[in-house]
Amino acid sequence: MTESIVVRNVTKRFTMRYHRTIKQMTVAAVRRQQLSDSFLAVNDVSFTVEQGESIGLMGLNGSGKSTLLKLISGVMKPDSGSVQTRGRIAGLIATGAGFHPQLTGRENIYLNAAILGMSEAETKRKFDQIIDFASVGKFLDTPVGHYSSGMFARLGFAVAVHADSDIFLVDEVLAVGDRPFKKKCLQRMQEVKAEGRTLFYVSHSPGSVRKMCDRALVLENGVLGFDGPVADGIHYLKYDDDGPNSEDDIDDQMGADI
Amino acid sequence: MTTHVVDPDRVPDAPLVSPGSSGGLLDVFRRRYLLRLLVQKELKARYQGSVLGLLWSYVKPAVRFSMYFVVMGIILEMDKRAENFAIHLFSGMVFVHYFTETFASGTRSIVKNKALVQKMSLPREMFPVAAMLVSAYHTLPQLLILTGGAMLTGWSPDGLAFAAGVLGFSIIAVFGMALALLFSAANVFFRDFQNIVETFSIFVTWSVPMIYPFALVKNGAFGGTWVETLYLANPIAEAVLLVQRCFWVSTTSDPEQTLATNFPDDLFVRGLVILGICVVFLGIAQWAFTKLEGKFAERL
Repeated sequence: MTESIVVRNVTKRFTMRYHRTIKQMTVAAVRRQQLSDSFLAVNDVSFTVEQGESIGLMGLNGSGKSTLLKLISGVMKPDSGSVQTRGRIAGLIATGAGFHPQLTGRENIYLNAAILGMSEAETKRKFDQIIDFASVGKFLDTPVGHYSSGMFARLGFAVAVHADSDIFLVDEVLAVGDRPFKKKCLQRMQEVKAEGRTLFYVSHSPGSVRKMCDRALVLENGVLGFDGPVADGIHYLKYDDDGPNSEDDIDDQMGADI
Repeated sequence: MTTHVVDPDRVPDAPLVSPGSSGGLLDVFRRRYLLRLLVQKELKARYQGSVLGLLWSYVKPAVRFSMYFVVMGIILEMDKRAENFAIHLFSGMVFVHYFTETFASGTRSIVKNKALVQKMSLPREMFPVAAMLVSAYHTLPQLLILTGGAMLTGWSPDGLAFAAGVLGFSIIAVFGMALALLFSAANVFFRDFQNIVETFSIFVTWSVPMIYPFALVKNGAFGGTWVETLYLANPIAEAVLLVQRCFWVSTTSDPEQTLATNFPDDLFVRGLVILGICVVFLGIAQWAFTKLEGKFAERL
């Protein structure tokens, strides 16, 4: 009884709508065109994560990583199969996890913390740590709609890491942060890991997955193609094609995830 | 694969469950602190960037009231058919406005909060409920003005009057909540629904006895026919009658006479039955909402 996340035969189908108005539907029916098309974003995926494991979820763009993360966080429900989790979940689903642009940074911290299940007293107690981590400075009382994308992400990450949780989800938040912030995030994620929380980390960067995770999952067009040690997962994805140092070169050039 | 050693102290003392909430409206009331923050957010966002701000919540009803009072009351001489017509009209308007506001803002609530709905896991019923509470917040001062007006014109309510008021308010709140829940979910799939709501609001204004007295329906061409039965089956019409029983009846010169001419028989029994039906409808709306909720994140 130590499983933290149990995913069984999970399938999620998305429908793409070509026609939405009555006029378009009528025209399509007369011409006998197909009205809608669908694809499987997540196709019969099963795996089990033990409490305290740190998982790196990798895959090319559009392979279903974010959808899988949303299924685990409970934002989406699977069409078939089941997702079960144990304990509180916190984390970041995409950058700027659901901030309200008209509210100030301060108000958004309280709102976001409440959504993550924190009480008012708990938020007050951790408020200084949160703003210290986010380092948005004098912009704290500015509506977050005026924030830069980096500040947006910093604030979201700051709230999420300070919420008490048993499972911590991260979805490519580091992609928009600057180098000092990335370092701080990775350090904080190491702490989360050391505390024995389950870490579920979506990333394109083999370097950070190698540093952070002890198991890799690779999604290919919605199918779980690989589940095993990190080094083999990176090899499976052919992210280590050009030798061990090339990725850092690219990261340096592109300013991408470290 | 490397074997992972689990620290037993770190395993949370909780069962494996499906993520996301499933308690519906009950979850909303369990998480009142979050609800309060969402209501505060809505209050702030509603009149963002406007100079008059919250005053708009009074300017709009005031203008509407004046218009109806002048056209219906004075030009069309309704004040001769209904004694103390101003209270008759305003008591209905305050509650009808609460209903249409709940319905309209509730319907838009999920789509408007899509940033949160798509990315965070929280009971989605929060948004229509918050919309209803925000509407209630805007209704409160109007209710005070109504009470003041009624007092100036000789309001002397008895226990039954208060009971009628509470019953009328409950019908509006439950019915409005049920519709807001149902339509907020439907609006995610087809944005047509927010236009349907606007049309419906116009219909509500004219299909309740507020800008004309109920006596005109009772003694008119529809009196005693199935149309009258249908008219009275409308929860909003019943609620308006109950509210008038509360605020208006005792301000007239002969309350007994007013009750006999301007109200249906069995006002309270009808009210309780309709409230019961509205509660069942709320249950159905919650069931439908739960069915549709699973697809919100991808359809927004």
